[in-house]
Amino acid sequence: MQDLGEAFSLALSLVLSGNADLFEIVALSLRVSLSATVLALIIGLPIGALVAVSQFSGRGAVLVLMNALMGLPPVVVGLLVYLQLSRSGPLGFLGLLYTPTAMIIAQTILITPIVAALSRQVLEDLHTEYAEQFRSLCLSRAQVIAALLWDARYSLLTVALAGFGRAVAEVGAVMIVGGNIDHLTRVMTTAIALETSKGDLALALALGVILLVIALGVNAGVQSLRMSARRQAYV
Amino acid sequence: MKLSQTLGASFIALTLATSTYAADQSILVQSTTSTANSGLYDYLLPIFQDKTGIQVNVVAVGTGQAIKNAEMCDGDVLLVHAKAAEEKFVEAGFGTERTDLMYNDFVVVGPAADPAGLHGMTDIEGALRQISSSGALFASRGDDSGTHKKEQALWKAAGIDTAAASGQWYRETGSGMGATLNTGIGMGAYVLTDRATWISFDNKQDYTIQVEGDDDLFNQYGVIPVNPAKCPSVNVEGAKTFSDWLVSPEGQDAIAAYTINDQQLFFPNAPKN
Repeated sequence: MQDLGEAFSLALSLVLSGNADLFEIVALSLRVSLSATVLALIIGLPIGALVAVSQFSGRGAVLVLMNALMGLPPVVVGLLVYLQLSRSGPLGFLGLLYTPTAMIIAQTILITPIVAALSRQVLEDLHTEYAEQFRSLCLSRAQVIAALLWDARYSLLTVALAGFGRAVAEVGAVMIVGGNIDHLTRVMTTAIALETSKGDLALALALGVILLVIALGVNAGVQSLRMSARRQAYV
Repeated sequence: MKLSQTLGASFIALTLATSTYAADQSILVQSTTSTANSGLYDYLLPIFQDKTGIQVNVVAVGTGQAIKNAEMCDGDVLLVHAKAAEEKFVEAGFGTERTDLMYNDFVVVGPAADPAGLHGMTDIEGALRQISSSGALFASRGDDSGTHKKEQALWKAAGIDTAAASGQWYRETGSGMGATLNTGIGMGAYVLTDRATWISFDNKQDYTIQVEGDDDLFNQYGVIPVNPAKCPSVNVEGAKTFSDWLVSPEGQDAIAAYTINDQQLFFPNAPKN
């Protein structure tokens, strides 16, 4: 447990000393995982909403598939993206392997099912509640979806946070498609893995502490957004 | 419509944002982990970059994976330590030529309790037989890396079938050198490691070097530029500049000058022209 105390003081001194490498890594972590979250929302929300309000044969199977894909192993996603983006792969000509873009693509694939499956559940519950009202207003399906998305926006923020949490914490996918290249594709989780393999457990743990604090900051930011919006709604 | 436009726009924006990274003045090295984890690149690369302006990006993975990645054209230079596999790589046309770069040696590290009584031994085959007969734990990389290939060759030379003991006293971690050291130390197992990784490793606990000094523990590193005939995307100029510099007197001196706690980690031995 000596390591734990050492890790906390090390984390503090890293932050306070304004370590440039650290800030570079933190900034890239945030850039990659936030971009992936935004992309996953753009792709996943319409899918979740469409499934939520539609009845079609095979719907049960689609739900099972969507829910199962939430458990995609990051390493497998990384490998699949690697094989596509590799110079000898079909998309190799883009030269994207070992770039932040490749990491964003991998994380987007990883968390889009989470966004789609969770938002589907949220929107479906809401839809059940309002279905009759929607029918009486003769709304088109697009209007229904828009109304549901707007009404559920605060619950969907939690969905977004679940996706972001998964993205910022995973190491398997970004390690393979990013390559953990110093000053280019090194993010918090790959840096933690690297320091662990160097046997510098205190530094690895210190980076973990900082990662947790960042996740805490993002969540607190979203929470305050939600609370101030609520306050305005009641004025 | 709107959605697909947004998607298209964000994809283009992302691609543009990162296209600056694909500058011509950079090369990608597929490397073994020991050279990266020991801090050698942190010391060497700034010297090379100051001189040539070429940015060197390093992907540090096990030798097996590094060779595989280079075969898929995802690298300009290969820097690993498994001579037989390297020669096969060049023979298959993936590399232009292989040059000896530097060496160090492997050591067997173990706990202070030394359950197999290896301390001070210099005969690696005898030491391995002693581990096997005493039933003391041994943690293997098990990941087709250069160190793993070496270890398998040593067990074979000692006449011991490790496959039969796998999961018993012979534990294959299937991970990198540092991770295997962490695991091995956690379970009190002996571990074969390259000396550079061991010297720079920070979680030694009560472990020390138990076996060293056998000629069979020699560890040769080689450098190979990836062949543009197989991989048109290779930065030929950059790869050649880098590998030429490494084997030049200047590069070799820089390798020799890298030390941790006054211990030299790598010994340059490129052929002199």
